[in-house]
Amino acid sequence: MPPILDIRNLNKNYGAVEILKEVNVSIDQGDFLVLVGPSGCGKSTLLNCIAGLEPISGGSISIGGRDMTRVSPRDRDIAMVFQSYALYPTMTVAKNITFGMKVRGVDAATQTRKLDEVARQLQIEPLLNRRPGQLSGGQRQRVAMGRALVRDPKLFLFDEPLSNLDAKLRVSMRSEIKKLHQNLGATMVYVTHDQIEAMTLATKIVVMKGGEVQQIGTPAEIYNHPANLFVADFMGSPAMNLIPARTQRSGQGLQIEITRPEGAPMVLQSPLAQDLPENVILGLRPEDIIEAGARNGPAVQAAQCRVDLVEPAGADTYVVSELGGKQVTARLHAETKAQPGAMLDLAFDLAKVSFFAPDSGERLN
Amino acid sequence: MSDFSAFSAAPRAVAAPARPGQIALRWLLFSLLGLFALFYLLPLFVMLTTSLKSLEEIRSGSLVSLPREVTFEAWRTAWSGACTGIQCEGLRPYFWNSVLLAVPAVLISTFLGAANGYIIAQWHFRGANLIFSAMLFGCFIPFQVVLLPMARMLGWMGLAGTIPGLIFAHVIYGIGFTTLFFRNFYVTIPSDLVKAAKVDGAGFFRIFWSIFLPLSLPIIVVTVIWQFTQIWNDFLFGVSFSQAGTQPVTVALNNIVNSTTGVKEYNVDMAAAIIAGLPTLLVYVVAGKYFIRGLTAGSVKG
Repeated sequence: MPPILDIRNLNKNYGAVEILKEVNVSIDQGDFLVLVGPSGCGKSTLLNCIAGLEPISGGSISIGGRDMTRVSPRDRDIAMVFQSYALYPTMTVAKNITFGMKVRGVDAATQTRKLDEVARQLQIEPLLNRRPGQLSGGQRQRVAMGRALVRDPKLFLFDEPLSNLDAKLRVSMRSEIKKLHQNLGATMVYVTHDQIEAMTLATKIVVMKGGEVQQIGTPAEIYNHPANLFVADFMGSPAMNLIPARTQRSGQGLQIEITRPEGAPMVLQSPLAQDLPENVILGLRPEDIIEAGARNGPAVQAAQCRVDLVEPAGADTYVVSELGGKQVTARLHAETKAQPGAMLDLAFDLAKVSFFAPDSGERLN
Repeated sequence: MSDFSAFSAAPRAVAAPARPGQIALRWLLFSLLGLFALFYLLPLFVMLTTSLKSLEEIRSGSLVSLPREVTFEAWRTAWSGACTGIQCEGLRPYFWNSVLLAVPAVLISTFLGAANGYIIAQWHFRGANLIFSAMLFGCFIPFQVVLLPMARMLGWMGLAGTIPGLIFAHVIYGIGFTTLFFRNFYVTIPSDLVKAAKVDGAGFFRIFWSIFLPLSLPIIVVTVIWQFTQIWNDFLFGVSFSQAGTQPVTVALNNIVNSTTGVKEYNVDMAAAIIAGLPTLLVYVVAGKYFIRGLTAGSVKG
């Protein structure tokens, strides 16, 4: 079976400005693809290109095995949900949802049946005769989803659909979208700048920056094996610790030296068999820096660090310490005894360590 | 918008216990407003009273006094008996000329303005801003400048001296304004709306008809009032591009007032002037509420 969406060597320029450079992405039926990146990275433009709302400058897009590069949006068999919801202000909710079918000449009986189906699914039956102006943000969001669902397309496109909602509603709509995806088995492409949304929803994530794809992978791959410093820093909250370090070959293998503000440098043993250049950046997630003795494993190594800051976050307590000239965050138990200014025994679990080249930012292991 | 909201905030200021200074200021404000209203209403008052007097009374009485004996004779004469040159049919035929001219010209120019505004604001094509600037420039060209070229063009099109010719001239001249109104209104509408409709399968005209026009009531009212006032009150195009039988009411009014010989019938002149001005007055009274709303609609997010 061909991929449901296949983007090959896509380029997009506005005059001399390159917005998208050589984008290659393909997903299969039932995938939930999330395009994530900081604002201006081209993720929304890419989505508009997939929808056919923006012409592309080079490459090809095929949907459901058919080349759609030059096909107009209406014939791409897609539905789209917009950040601003883009509901038709003068039409009732029911008319908003059935507008697409009406335009396509679907008979009235089918329209009513599908409208009822979708209204039940999204629990918006009492709203059908209202106008968008009389709805709350969450309700508008549902109607916008209804307008997409009723089309039963090959591909659903979401352009930052949750970013206009307040924090609480966002979380509940997020799980609803996830549920919807699981129940329908539909294929979705979702744009967001929120990396938590990306991690929770996606089966596949595309991290973008400056119009270029940085990494494509499952959430676990992106989280555990970031392809470069940008991805490492962008994905995860609190962000991955990126500590400048020096490597030294000794009798027992490769040693990693990290400077401390006072005293001798901290020395860790590399768990890797491979060789590394002299200067590296060591990437370690906060949850892999823990209290000494809290975790056992071949790659867990203890070291003493001075605590600069203690940030209780309820479930965990974050402790900040200076290593290699950087603020390094460790994620400890809520009941930790750590005191600012005091020394603390920490354990560094290097099982999931990442090494990056300081100049190119590329992953080394 | 800011001064508009300042006015609407005034009643709340009254509800709160006001300081003496504020009360004095308010009195000053209202007396000033009243004075201006009086100033502007005075001519209308004189016109109305004069039109209801007999010629006898006008000659003997004072300009601002109320009529001793109310008579509608002057109105009857103005409507159906006053002489414009050699014909003595009153304003009636010319009034209908004006209706036949203004209604299509207003509708056509409003519709074209809506279509232009929609295209310029929502379908970003190469050179859209240039075309819009050129149309804006058209708003600043004085009537007098286009008289000769327009006359040549109407002659060449075989429309010289006809009502369709006048409609054509007014439509062309009005497009700049109507496009400006609609463009500025449509620019405030998020472009996601067009995108959503495109994905839904609607085409260029469908989006215009089903989504943009139903949204446009406030700006349609503004444009219709503006265009109707312009076209109904126009004298220059009317006098230049018409001939006997196709003259609009403004030209006929001028002829009634200026071509009488002998005694000047002030009462008939006044009645005729009021008749000629009545439709625009009516439009404001009926749609004035929407006019203010429409002028500020673009600045309010909704």
